[in-house]
Amino acid sequence: MRAFSYERATAPEQAAARAAEVEGARFIAGGTNLLDLMKLEIETPVHLIDVRGTGLDEITATDEGGLRIGALVSNTALAADERVRRDYGVLTRALVAGASGQLRNKATTGGNLLQRTRCPYFYDTAMPCNKRNPGSGCAALGEGAFSRQLGIIGTSDACIATHPSDMAVAMRALDAEVETVTPSGASRRIPLDEFYRLPGDTPEVENALMPGELITAVRLPAPVGGHQAYHKVRDRASYAFALVSVALVRRPDGSGRVALGGVAPQPWRRDRADAELPNGAGAVMSRLLDGARPTEENAFKIRLAERTLAAMLAEG
Amino acid sequence: MDFHQPTDDNLFDRATVIGKPHARIDGILKVTGSAPYAYERHDAIEGQLYGYPVGSTIAKGRVVAIDADAARQAPGVRGVITTLQIDPLGIWNYNVARLFGGDAIEHYHQAIAVVVAETFEQARAAAALVEARYEEDPVDVDLEAGWRRLQGSGEPSTLVGDVDAAFAAAPVTLDEMYHTPSQTHAMMEPHASIVDWSDGGRMTVWTSNQMIEWNRQALATTFGIAPDRIRVESPYIGGGFGGKLWLRADAVLAAIGSRAVGAPVKVALPRPFVINNTTHRSATVQRIRLAADTDGRLTAIEHEAASHTLPGGRGENATAQTPFFYAAPNRRVRHHLVEMHLPEASDMRAPGEASGLMALEIAMDEMAEKLGMDPVAFRIANDTQVNPSDPSIPFSERHFVECLERGAEKFGWADRNRTPGGRREGDWLIGHGMAGAFRGALTLNSGARVRLVGGRLIVETDMTDIGTGSYTIIAQTAAETMGLSLGEVEVRLGNSAYPVSSGSGGQFGAASSTAGVYAACLALQEAVAERLGAESPRFENGRVTADGLDLALGEVADGAELVGEDTIRFGDFKQGLQMGTFGAHFVEVGVHVATGETRIRRMLAVCDAGRILNPITARSQVIGGMVMGVGGALSEELAVDLERGFFANHDLAGYEVAVHADIPHQEVLFLDTLDAASTPLKAKGVGELGICGVAAAIANAAYNATGVRVRDYPITLERMIDRLPEV
Repeated sequence: MRAFSYERATAPEQAAARAAEVEGARFIAGGTNLLDLMKLEIETPVHLIDVRGTGLDEITATDEGGLRIGALVSNTALAADERVRRDYGVLTRALVAGASGQLRNKATTGGNLLQRTRCPYFYDTAMPCNKRNPGSGCAALGEGAFSRQLGIIGTSDACIATHPSDMAVAMRALDAEVETVTPSGASRRIPLDEFYRLPGDTPEVENALMPGELITAVRLPAPVGGHQAYHKVRDRASYAFALVSVALVRRPDGSGRVALGGVAPQPWRRDRADAELPNGAGAVMSRLLDGARPTEENAFKIRLAERTLAAMLAEG
Repeated sequence: MDFHQPTDDNLFDRATVIGKPHARIDGILKVTGSAPYAYERHDAIEGQLYGYPVGSTIAKGRVVAIDADAARQAPGVRGVITTLQIDPLGIWNYNVARLFGGDAIEHYHQAIAVVVAETFEQARAAAALVEARYEEDPVDVDLEAGWRRLQGSGEPSTLVGDVDAAFAAAPVTLDEMYHTPSQTHAMMEPHASIVDWSDGGRMTVWTSNQMIEWNRQALATTFGIAPDRIRVESPYIGGGFGGKLWLRADAVLAAIGSRAVGAPVKVALPRPFVINNTTHRSATVQRIRLAADTDGRLTAIEHEAASHTLPGGRGENATAQTPFFYAAPNRRVRHHLVEMHLPEASDMRAPGEASGLMALEIAMDEMAEKLGMDPVAFRIANDTQVNPSDPSIPFSERHFVECLERGAEKFGWADRNRTPGGRREGDWLIGHGMAGAFRGALTLNSGARVRLVGGRLIVETDMTDIGTGSYTIIAQTAAETMGLSLGEVEVRLGNSAYPVSSGSGGQFGAASSTAGVYAACLALQEAVAERLGAESPRFENGRVTADGLDLALGEVADGAELVGEDTIRFGDFKQGLQMGTFGAHFVEVGVHVATGETRIRRMLAVCDAGRILNPITARSQVIGGMVMGVGGALSEELAVDLERGFFANHDLAGYEVAVHADIPHQEVLFLDTLDAASTPLKAKGVGELGICGVAAAIANAAYNATGVRVRDYPITLERMIDRLPEV
C-alpha cells in the first residue's frame, strides 16, 4: 500500500469538488473493496476523501412512488428495510446473497455499484491486465489461463472480466437510476443500463462517472410488483461470487424482467429477452445470451443460466 | 524407555483423567486472543523490524538483475537483501525447493528479495518498488501429459500374484480414471516468524512450525551454523496441516534480514505466497482397475497414479493405501513422479491416502454397483486382518468391519435411497453415499522432561500444538501417571530448549508425544522413589504412598525440584505388524436438480483409532478433517495456469474452502478400541483419519442422488449439469 493523505468530507458537493481538485484522489466509504485493492497496489490513490460524513445514509420515498436510497446506506440496512423487503424483494434477496454479514455491515450502496472485478489476473499485479494496466494485455485470455469464473458475454478481446455485484443485478432488473453530484455541484441521473460501460478497447473505463463525480443515491422507480426472486449459483453455500445469478421479476400475466450476474462486465439484461419470458427460459436465454463468447472453461454458464431460470419459472 | 513389545494392561486401562472429555486447557487463551502466535510476539524481543517478501513473477528461469534502489530509499527502509547478493542457501532433508540465494528460479513467487523497514506498511510499500529482470524458460506443467508419457513404465512398488491373468479370468471388472486437483493447506495463520540473528552469533526464532527439531536442523543446514546456536520457539500454531512441517521463506527471510540490519526482523507470508511460495498437495491422475468374482470377492487390484513435483521431490503418492486396505490375491501398484516447475508439492493432511481414497473409494462404490451389492457389504466382504501384500504380517488391530456396521446402523443406511436419481425433495435430488477410511499409525521417538516443583508438575517437550489439543492430552497423560489433577499440571511446548519430541505430523503426534511424557513421568517416579528410599511407591490423588509412607507429592522434595526426563523409543517389533487406523464415512447430500450445486445434509464418521485420549479434542480433529473433505470434494482446487506455470487463484476468495453454511450436522463415533502394540497408552492418531475417504463418500452420495458419476474433483456443477434431468 502506498502512502496517502486523507480527509473527511461533510457534504457531497464538497467531496466532489475536492476530488476534482486533487489529482489521484478517490472516495472511500465502507472500504471493503478499495482497501484490499490498495494493499495489493491495484489501486494507488494518493488522497482519500472519506464520504461517510456526507449525510447520504437515508432511504426516503420519492414523489414518483419509489425509493431514493442514499449512497451510504449499508447493504445490511438496505436489505432489512421494510419497504425494500415488501416492494423490491429481488433486491433484498440479492443483497443477502452477497459477501458476508460483516462485509454487508460495512459495504455501502454506492460502493457496491463500483466494485472492481474479481478476475484473478486483475488481482495479481505481476500479470498483464488491460483493466489494471491499460495496453499490457489480458492474461485471462492466455492459452491455458484460468477463466472458469470469467465473463461470457459483453466481453472483448481486451478483457473478459465480470462485474461481481449481486445488488446491481437486482437493481438492473428494477430499472434503477444512479443519482450523482458532479464537481461543479450539479446533480444528474444515470439509468443503470447506461451507467456501466462495456470493456471494448478500454476496459479500464468501467462506468459513466466523470472525474470527481460522486454517487449520491440510487433511485428505484415505483414498485413493479409481481413475483420477485434472486437465485445465485456458486460452488459453496456462502461467501462466494456468483458463477451465475438470476434476478427475476415476473408478473401474473407471465411478463417480466430477467437480469444476470456473473456472466458479463455489467449486470446483464436485454429488453428483447424480457419479452420472451412467457415463452420460457430457453427463449429468454437465446435472446439474452445471443452472441456469447465463452471460454472452454466457462461455457457451462450458458446452460447453467438457462437451467437456473427454468427452475425459477417452474416455481411460479 | 524402550517400547519393544506390545504393552500389558497398565494404569491407562483404569484411567480417571486420560480418555475423559476435558475441555482444552489452552482454550481460554485462545478465545480471549491472548495465546501468543508468532507474528504477535511483540514482547519477545525489543526493536523488532518488519520484513516483506518479494516474489518471482516467472515460474522457471533466471533472475538477471534486481533493481532495489528505489526500495532502499523509501521511507523507513533499513535494508533490502536480494537473492543475487546471497549464495544459494543449503537445503535440509525432505524439501527440494531452494528458499533463497542465487539466480535460479524454480517456481512462481519464489522469494527473490526481502525488504526490512520500521513499519509493516513501509516494508510492503517498498517491496512493491523492487523490480527484477528475468530470463524466462518455458514451463511444462501439464500433469495429464506427464501421465500419458509415464503410464505403464517403471517397476511396480507392490506386485503380488498374476494381475493380468486375474483380470482375464474375472467375471466382473472395472477400469476407470480419476483426477484430484492440487490443494493448499489454507491454514488460518499464514507462515510467520520473528528471527533475531542480529549479532551473527546465536539465532533465536519465534515461528509457527509443527516440527521444532526439524526446523532447528533445517536452519542449521540452510545457514551453515551449528544447531546448538539456534533456539526455536513455536508454542501456538494457527493450523499447519503439513504446510508447516518445514522451514519456509518466512523464517529464512527474517533471518537474512536480521543479520543484514542487525535487529530482530519479523516476516509473515502474504496469502498468495502461502499458496505459490510454500508447499501444497499435488494433483493426481489415477487409474484404478478392480476384478471380482460374482460373490463380490476382489481377485485383483491395480492402482497406478501420477503426481507432480519439483525435480527430486516426493509429490503425492495416491497409491499409499492400496497395498494394505482391501484383500485380493493379485495386486499391482505403481506411482509416477512427473517433474515440473510448479511450487513444491509436499505433505498435506493424510498425504497419499487423502487423494488415493478419493479415487479408490469411488471405484469401490462403482464395483459394488456392478456386482449388485450393498457398498457396505462389499467392503466387509473384502476386509482383511493381514497385510494383503504380505500375509505373514498381521494388522495389530483392525476393526474396519465394526466401523462399517456401526456406521450403517447409526446412519440409517438401510433406509438410504437405493435408486440413483430416484429420490427428490422439491428442487433437490437426495443421495446417500459411504466410503471406507484408512490411514497409517506411525509412531516416532518422543522425549519429554517433567519437573516436580512443590505440588505442581511442569511438563516440557518440544512437541507442538497445531490446534489439535496437544496441551490438553499431554496434561492428561502426566496427571494420570503422577496421580495429580489436571489443574496441577502445567504444559510447556514448542521450544527447542525442551527435549526433542515427535512433533506434529502424519497423525503421529498425539500417540508418540503422550508416550514420551509417560516415559518422563516414570523417570520422575523413579526419582521420587529414590529420594524417599521407597520400593514401588504408588502415585494417587496427589499423594505418594508406599509401605509406611504416605505424603503429598509436593512434599517429597522438600522445596527442591525433582526432574524426570526420558524418551520413548519404539522398537523394531512393529515391523512385524501392519498398523493402521480405520474408519467409515456416511454422507447425505442434496444436489440441486437444475443447477447441479451439491450441498451436504448430514455426515457421520466412525473411527477405529486406538484409545481416544480426549473425546472432545479427538472429535474436533475428526470433524475438522470432515470439513476439509467437504472442501476437497466440492470446491477446493488450485487452478493451474498452464502457460505461466503457477496457481492462479492464489487467495482465499479464489480458493474456496468450505464455509460454515456448507457444514450441517456432523456426527463422530469412536469405537472403543485399544492397540497395545502402538504405545503404552494403546493410542493411535486420528487427526488425518478424519479427512480420509470423506470426499469419496460425498462423490458417491452425489452419484446416488443424480445417477451421474463424476470421477474428477472437485465435483463442481459443470461436471454434472449436462447429464441432469431437464428442468
